[in-house]
Amino acid sequence: MKAVCWMGKHKVEVMDVPDPQIINDRDAIIKITGTAICGSDLHLYNGYIPSMMQGDILGHEFMGEVVETGKGVGNLKKGDRVVVPFTIACGKCFFCEREMYSVCDNSNPNAGGQETLYGFSGSGLFGFSHLMGGFAGGQAEYARVPFADVGPIKVPDSIPDEKVLFLSDIFPTGFMAANNCNIQEGDTVAIWGAGPVGQFAAKSAFMLGAERVVMIDHYQDRLDFAKANNENVETINFDDVDVYDKLKDITGGRGPDSCIDAVGLESHGTSVDALLDYAKAAVYLATDRPHALRQAIFCVRKGGTVSIPGAYGGFMDKFPIGAAFNKGLTFKMGQTHMQAYMPRLLTAIEEGKIDPSFVISHRLKLSEAPVAYDNFNTEKNQWRKVVLTPH
Amino acid sequence: MQHNENSITQFLTHINQNVSPAERVVSAVSGSGLIAYGLKQGGLFGAALSLLGGGLLYRGATGHCHVYDAAGITTADDRPSPSSRVHVKKSVTINKSPAELYQFWRNFENLPQFMTHLESVKTTGEKTSRWVAKAPLGASVEWDAEITSERENERIGWKSIEGSEIPNSGVVEFLPTSNRGTEVRVVLTYEPPAGYFGSLVARLFGEEPNQQVAEDLRRFKRLMESGTIMKTEGQPSGRSAKAKSAKA
Repeated sequence: MKAVCWMGKHKVEVMDVPDPQIINDRDAIIKITGTAICGSDLHLYNGYIPSMMQGDILGHEFMGEVVETGKGVGNLKKGDRVVVPFTIACGKCFFCEREMYSVCDNSNPNAGGQETLYGFSGSGLFGFSHLMGGFAGGQAEYARVPFADVGPIKVPDSIPDEKVLFLSDIFPTGFMAANNCNIQEGDTVAIWGAGPVGQFAAKSAFMLGAERVVMIDHYQDRLDFAKANNENVETINFDDVDVYDKLKDITGGRGPDSCIDAVGLESHGTSVDALLDYAKAAVYLATDRPHALRQAIFCVRKGGTVSIPGAYGGFMDKFPIGAAFNKGLTFKMGQTHMQAYMPRLLTAIEEGKIDPSFVISHRLKLSEAPVAYDNFNTEKNQWRKVVLTPH
Repeated sequence: MQHNENSITQFLTHINQNVSPAERVVSAVSGSGLIAYGLKQGGLFGAALSLLGGGLLYRGATGHCHVYDAAGITTADDRPSPSSRVHVKKSVTINKSPAELYQFWRNFENLPQFMTHLESVKTTGEKTSRWVAKAPLGASVEWDAEITSERENERIGWKSIEGSEIPNSGVVEFLPTSNRGTEVRVVLTYEPPAGYFGSLVARLFGEEPNQQVAEDLRRFKRLMESGTIMKTEGQPSGRSAKAKSAKA
């Protein structure tokens, strides 16, 4: 089959590789009909995530048709149409039983490695480095889906791929980010990063009852896009104005009730701390560049919540713990507990409350992945979300 | 006791030690420095510094401090030197009842499913079993074991029988918690024999026996909770021999 392989920093290649096989009893094989490139794939592309190996198959947002099931998979059959969540979860451990699927005890074969780095290991993830399990990803013609009786959600034939594909990651991820804000009546939610996760977080914040949503970015096209999709969204371009002053001004001096960092470890900024972060990351003194997160902590109101859906992997420097402590903040973060949100979000799509395909900017063939990665990484104004079709 | 060391080392190791290794290094280094500095200074002051340096150097080299001796102080570790005995203690919490875990473990023939260094265990009697472990270079080592104590659904203790090439013993306990599943606590002891064979056995149980037992227990947990031990070996990648660049 054809698969998109990571060959090094800024290098992906479409390769002919062997077809996937059932390895564990609870596996299924999926013929992929749609797959997308995620902003977090760019962290891999830009070489920020350790433990990638040349030849790793990328991709953690995919859907398709079941072509084979292991003998431990009773709920799926050949021909079923499914969306696959990017977190792999056993469904039986302490964490899965409490719907904390992304910290499943039993799905990461390299859990020992993560224990060394983090103390305890999270779940396995598709196509996201060997520290995260080393699972082959879904930017391919076929994929092996482990614990297929717990992960994939069946979707009716009547809904096109594009409407449900983002149940695989970014829609639940944006939703959990908003849900973690514990939104109350009258709340203002500020979102750093107007990429696809930020866009879904904005839609979700309104769905959960936020009164106002403010999006912060410096790609004006992305801010305009957010506004075009929902005229109630307010936007701030941090190249033009001071974010703290602006947020304080528009909230009558209170600050937003909650702040969402939908940027993650490759935060861009032009202030002194952002430039220092860049320099330190370049010489491996720090791995993560948390400019947006620092700003979110500074801007959020007292007693507010900072919700972090943007991915972090290593260490950050100059964490403003004094501001966080003295303002009495709550932090919520983590890889998305996908399986906990997929059913209700599928229902929202079926009921016509949301059509997630609005974020798509480019539709390409799988064989065009190298061009897609390159453009998605450099042309952020136009290249918002890329969907690849393998067959 | 080592016999091939030179006489000075032997002399030094026989002096009553009451200074810790780290302190000895500091003493020796700073003592040497003071001697050099004192000699360079010359005069009465320099001689005094050199004498002080000499004392520190002696303290560092011998591990014996007369001042500590007079004051009844010791910072040396006087435990016996570690033998080749491997003693491992590990625990894991499993989301299953003590009874389910006990029943699985009590059938020792199940153990190779999660203890990767074991090739097989065959039950030979009500309390006896024959264990075969993988050794380097395709060889294997075998021994017989017997159950020395057991309490149903709570605890199993076993021990290799007298005269085994690798004396070893183990205890596993299954402790219920209020609502967190079962704590499985394991203590294992191996005594690898001396010589070449012993070094093979040591390799058998890994460079890091603690890590190996931790991974065994992780596999036990996975097998019990999820019914399978999740693997990625055998999945496709661009590294496989048949992989080649696809030209669009």
